[in-house]
Amino acid sequence: MENKPKKLALIASQGTLDWAYPPFILATAAAAMEWEVAIFFTFYGLPLLKKDLKASVAPGTNPAMPMKMPFGGEGFQNINWPMPNILMNNVPGFEAMATSLMKKTFKNKGVASVEELRDMCIDLDVKMIGCQMTMDVFGFKKEEFIDEVDIGGAATFLEFAADANVSLFV
Amino acid sequence: MSEFNVAKTLDTSGLSCPLPVVKTKKALKDIEVGEILEMISTDAGSIPDMEAWARQTGHELLESNDEGSSYRFFIKKTH
Repeated sequence: MENKPKKLALIASQGTLDWAYPPFILATAAAAMEWEVAIFFTFYGLPLLKKDLKASVAPGTNPAMPMKMPFGGEGFQNINWPMPNILMNNVPGFEAMATSLMKKTFKNKGVASVEELRDMCIDLDVKMIGCQMTMDVFGFKKEEFIDEVDIGGAATFLEFAADANVSLFV
Repeated sequence: MSEFNVAKTLDTSGLSCPLPVVKTKKALKDIEVGEILEMISTDAGSIPDMEAWARQTGHELLESNDEGSSYRFFIKKTH
């Protein structure tokens, strides 16, 4: 292969469970292909770097989100339950239930958890940059994040992205 | 069925994207250059994914077999 590895530059700006997947999946796949990878975690994406990762789904933000039951027969599991999200969002505990159902469905389908994918990123030397400005705005401290995080700003990310082969904003 | 002299076998059955490629990359650390890794997958996307992975990494995909409900790959470590 060529001497200079290809580069992937990602921005992770969303912190819900479903939106946490694309950057971590792309990052691990690219690193497995021997690309150099950096992810810039900014705004709501920044909490994905917390030691205690607590991403949940927010059905109200995505009315197209199908609700699947991770138990019962195959026919039952394949039903897309027509949840009136706008109404259900007002039911206490609904978000926790939706999160738990989605985690279970992912697990049943052999999809890695977000925590596992993040550990693989560490293992594969993916550079993870935490946004200093977001830390200041939301009052996060560096100690709350995993040790592998580099703290930086837009310029830090852009320098990496300047000669990236693929750049994506998630 | 295969005439390859396999140094290691990795079974990723039941695992979804991107785990087959990520675990393949990791498993290559355990074998020497020139040796062959056998990888088994049930991920229906793994044939195009493994072909792309091999083109990108330069490791040699000697064979991809579609065995119906599973897929079997033979990869030669090149570097």
